[in-house]
Amino acid sequence: MPVKANDYPKESARILREEPQVRDSVTGATLNFERNRQAAYAEVGAQAWRDWAEAVKNHVLTHLDTYLEQAERSLTANGVRVHWAEDAEAARRIVAEIARSGGVKKVVKAKSMLSEELGINPMLEGMGIEALETDLGEYIIQLLGQSPSHIVGPAIHLSLEQIRRLFHERFGTPPEAAPDALASVARKLLREGFLKADMGISGGNFVVAETGTLALIENEGNIRLSTSAPRIHLALVGIEKLLPRFSDLAVFLSLTARAATGQRLGTFVSLIQGPRREGETDGPEEVHVVLVDNGRSSVLADPQAWETLRCVRCAACLNACPVYRQTGGHAYGYVYSGPIGAVLAPGLLGLEQTQPLPYASSLCGACYEACPVKIPIPKLLLTWRNRAVEEGLTPRLERAAIAGYTLAMTHPALYKLASKALRLLPEKALDNTVVPVLKAWTQGRAGLEPSPRSFRELWEEGIK
Amino acid sequence: MRVALFVTCLADQFFAEAGVAAVKLLRHLGVEVDFPLAQTCCGQPAYNAGYWGEARQMADHTLSVFEGAEYVVLPSGSCTTMLRAFYPELYRDTPRKFTQALALSGKTYELAEFIVRVLGVTQLGRGLEGQQIAYHHGCHALRELGIKNEPVALLKNAGAEVVDWPAATECCGFGGLFAVKLPEVSLSMADRKLSTLPETDVLTSADGGCLLHLGGRIKGRGLKMAVKPLASVLWDAVQKVQEENPHAG
Repeated sequence: MPVKANDYPKESARILREEPQVRDSVTGATLNFERNRQAAYAEVGAQAWRDWAEAVKNHVLTHLDTYLEQAERSLTANGVRVHWAEDAEAARRIVAEIARSGGVKKVVKAKSMLSEELGINPMLEGMGIEALETDLGEYIIQLLGQSPSHIVGPAIHLSLEQIRRLFHERFGTPPEAAPDALASVARKLLREGFLKADMGISGGNFVVAETGTLALIENEGNIRLSTSAPRIHLALVGIEKLLPRFSDLAVFLSLTARAATGQRLGTFVSLIQGPRREGETDGPEEVHVVLVDNGRSSVLADPQAWETLRCVRCAACLNACPVYRQTGGHAYGYVYSGPIGAVLAPGLLGLEQTQPLPYASSLCGACYEACPVKIPIPKLLLTWRNRAVEEGLTPRLERAAIAGYTLAMTHPALYKLASKALRLLPEKALDNTVVPVLKAWTQGRAGLEPSPRSFRELWEEGIK
Repeated sequence: MRVALFVTCLADQFFAEAGVAAVKLLRHLGVEVDFPLAQTCCGQPAYNAGYWGEARQMADHTLSVFEGAEYVVLPSGSCTTMLRAFYPELYRDTPRKFTQALALSGKTYELAEFIVRVLGVTQLGRGLEGQQIAYHHGCHALRELGIKNEPVALLKNAGAEVVDWPAATECCGFGGLFAVKLPEVSLSMADRKLSTLPETDVLTSADGGCLLHLGGRIKGRGLKMAVKPLASVLWDAVQKVQEENPHAG
């Protein structure tokens, strides 16, 4: 997926103007997720869980070399073939090679954000391999040729009407078909896909270093089928997704589900211990795990940004974010959107390509309250903003305005003068559309009206 | 007890009457109020926009202005947060300044918080009897400082009916420069927040920035609703009783 993060200001405004139903769909869905999350956190008093999860993830990240090597040994001992990919190109090459040598013609995909990050589908299509997304939401956006607008619910920006219309045009379902009827049409098509596929590609929620277990959370059963029906299973896993011990899953599986959807546990949890063994009747013949860096180790080496890698991709921060809610994920122009996308994107891709994203937040802090691993997102957003300033990436006019404002605010006499001048302006002078800042303010808001006398004047006269 | 009032640049320029109300309220509660005249802006707009060097210059200035104060009280949640939570962050690498910032942090309070937590007053009068009031929780006061019950308790105890607002704790979309850097998103957030607001007499908040934005949107859309800073509403709670009963207190 090409990165278009620089377009955020224009694109967010365009979506609000031209596709107002996106705001309604996304707001409705995320408020629902958010209510469920709050209830699911309250049920267990999640504070202690979050503290613990944060500590475990910090431990893994500060000992990542050790755990990666242990994970490789454990996975290999389970009969899993482990591959290392330094960047997206290497990852695509590895996947292509496995597909080629396995004579793969058809692939079923279990929802994976990393697959989107790496551009696996376009690559497979380029090889003449059919890649079928099997998560219902992901399948819908694949039909539309779109990218996911949310980490967990890739199609939450669409209304039921839009999906009805799509299915009516593609599959001839009645224009007023009930959601269940639409799902059953998709189910039938996807089932054929599972049976015909040579390879299933999944992501991975966690890999346990101790036991080489690949853990996957889902609600539709498509991941279970994608990873067990085809003869080859390939999992794309970011190097930050490790957990030390099998017992760590007890909290992480439940905490992730609670954070993501407010469930106590995902409807399906797959714990994969390698390929089909002798005497077993099902399961893939080959299991491959591709451990992907693609910028993660440089984030890890960053003393301010490394905590971003605790992320478990639950999207709780997206659901909690009032900014994300207005536009959904497409405005961000990057596979990871919302608050976590805004701090992950500059870390993985650099600020030049992603500079507007750290500013795509009002710094309200709701993301931090929701995050199951307590990533200090507001603080990270500020850090990236500060770096944008230091690197000279902010607009020249803004820099000049900040310099003038700083001068006035560090010289009380100047401030007093400015305060006087403000009151000498003709009436409605601030209600103008020439000065850019005031223009931006007055589009949709009444103009600023200074108090007739400043507080300091009133104080100097004496307050009785 | 002596308090140095940091009125904030925003209230100084746009809500002067709220500053006056804060002074009267504090004096009414037996507190002596100073207003150090050299005060300007806490620097939060620069800090939030990533201009930390500039923010530090304003923080330096503010630290020196309030150095001798016993307490610093602000009629603003987000500026209180700037002094209390973000100044220490700004001086993380300069131990001497960090210590100074911590000292200021420890004596800085938002007005309603100061009244309830430091003065131990929860009953200001019954001057808000019969009024329906919507309280907007500014994000910084709410999430960074944990100020939630204090302002609401003061309003309720003064007889106001604080309306049940589903999005009361949701961001209004102001966010400082955010409001002008991404005006469409900012306005959309205001609309969403206002769309959940039940009918009410007054919309109030401890945060002037939020009120400028929400008030500007309310007026811009031609909605009918009074918007009034918390300090002014709290002074009403006292004053209306005094007016009706001039010999009391």
